[in-house]
Amino acid sequence: MTEVMNDHWQEWKELFDFRHARVMKSNNVMDSFDIAFIEGAMAGPEQVEKLKDIRSRSKKLVAVGSCAIVGMPAGQRNAFTQEQKDSIDYLVTRFGALPEVKKVSDVVKVDAEIPGCPMDPKVFLEKVNGLVAELRG
Amino acid sequence: MHKVNLKLEHITKIEGDASMDVTVEDGKTTDVKFAIIEYKRFFTTAMKGKSIAAIPAHLSRICGTCSNAHVMAAIAACENALGIEVTSQTKLLRKLTMHGLVSRDHALHLYLFVMPDLYNKDAFLEFDDNDPEQHQLLHDGFQIKAAGNHLSQLVAGRSVHATFPVIGGFLQFPSAEGAAEVVKEMQAARPAVLRLIEVFRKAPQHLDRKTKYMAIVPDDTFGYIGGKIITDHGEVYEQKDFRSHLEHVALPYSQASAYKYKGESYMVGALARINIAKDKLHPKTKESAAEALKLFPSTDIFHNNLAQAIEILHSIDESIDILSNNVFKPEPIVKAPMRAGVGMGVIEAPRGTLYHKVVLDDKGIVQDGEVIVPTGQNQVNIERDVGFLVDNLIEKMPKEEINKEIEKLIRAYDPCMSCGAHFLKVNWNAKKSGAKPASKAAGKVAGGTCEVCN
Repeated sequence: MTEVMNDHWQEWKELFDFRHARVMKSNNVMDSFDIAFIEGAMAGPEQVEKLKDIRSRSKKLVAVGSCAIVGMPAGQRNAFTQEQKDSIDYLVTRFGALPEVKKVSDVVKVDAEIPGCPMDPKVFLEKVNGLVAELRG
Repeated sequence: MHKVNLKLEHITKIEGDASMDVTVEDGKTTDVKFAIIEYKRFFTTAMKGKSIAAIPAHLSRICGTCSNAHVMAAIAACENALGIEVTSQTKLLRKLTMHGLVSRDHALHLYLFVMPDLYNKDAFLEFDDNDPEQHQLLHDGFQIKAAGNHLSQLVAGRSVHATFPVIGGFLQFPSAEGAAEVVKEMQAARPAVLRLIEVFRKAPQHLDRKTKYMAIVPDDTFGYIGGKIITDHGEVYEQKDFRSHLEHVALPYSQASAYKYKGESYMVGALARINIAKDKLHPKTKESAAEALKLFPSTDIFHNNLAQAIEILHSIDESIDILSNNVFKPEPIVKAPMRAGVGMGVIEAPRGTLYHKVVLDDKGIVQDGEVIVPTGQNQVNIERDVGFLVDNLIEKMPKEEINKEIEKLIRAYDPCMSCGAHFLKVNWNAKKSGAKPASKAAGKVAGGTCEVCN
């Protein structure tokens, strides 16, 4: 997304109020969102709870990239052989991870998807512009 | 006894998720835990059973931002296993791939993550468009990032998870028109990089603690691929020795592996590279950054950011040279028959030395693998620096202010947790785990000694 920003930062600076994006800012506010973008799969129980919480605060929720949409490759351990599973089992247990990694739609309703690894910037812009238009009614 | 605990959860403006836990007793830091709290994705376990051809694209997914470094290291490891020697054109295209990555990735870190601290802003996008200096920096940041991005697209297909570089060569080649456009863009971005170097040459943050530095130094020019592993004390290690000179340290509270060298912490990354190999920089870079280069070698960790800015300039200067003086022609990929063996690929990623290892059977199926990332290597050094910083500040400012200073210090390293969390080689000893776990997850640690490479 930061690469899409190279061409669109001026427009976005005006258009968006980035409420919560740890990668960009420190003073993040978790109140209510017009659009929430979710990257990555859910590997731990607190990630599932957080995702549900974000859904409850958001008008629209967008899953971005393969890990969020199909759960892979972040969830590749779901498809491991028994031997591979046995070799990592103690680590999954140690860090309190979920027995199986979940994709976003396993946990909450998804309003739009931007597939790919990496996601396609053109599709991203199309979907975002569509949602902005819809929200503005 | 007066005991103070400083806790930072979810450090901001870094790549990925990390936390920091510091204990101070009677005005002296007694414990520092830098924990990488991303969940592991078991990329090295998942290598097993895959064909060698799938490995570069697979390991690339370890991380978005430095994916092309993982592609380069994985290709190097696979070629080493098969005994493939690539053409001189391929070597040039790989240099350009790294320059595209380094300029884009360093610019992202310096402008979007670090610069807000220097201008008392919460985010780069909050810079004031009506203030001439901040307006300029906003434009500079996105201009340099775009130039690096376009170089990557031209040479490697895209700047994230590159598609053109493969084991044995490249699938597509830059056109003369495309090269001319990128040269123009690089030339236009050069003054912005000079302004960036000045910003970080004059930046007020400093923390000077003596430590060791290590980097791969190519034989020819300052760069990222090929050559030997060299320390600032002049010790030299061959790539084939892989990580035999590094000591693995288990931090039970972190999802990443940490390393020491000769029993002590060390630092990898731009500061290490400039400290060790600044004499090999492009002549134009040396000339234009002469004032800044006088500050090196340096043991001030905040000079890592200045070193990054200088590296962007070198990437621009060398890319302009390579693209202007070469015509790239389609050439076949170098192939070799499958054979059983072990391959090592050690390169300099933007954040420091990156080690990939593949073990193949005679059909080219991966039996085992290992990945060691820069952030894992820097983990102990980050903890030492934080302890040193807190000792200096604990009497001088309130906890909240110290927390902010700790965050700035961690940011100076440009750590990458996505990379850090996912190839833990566990060597966990119950006897050493007496300390209170730093996180809830670590609290679930079971006793016992085990060593499993995932």
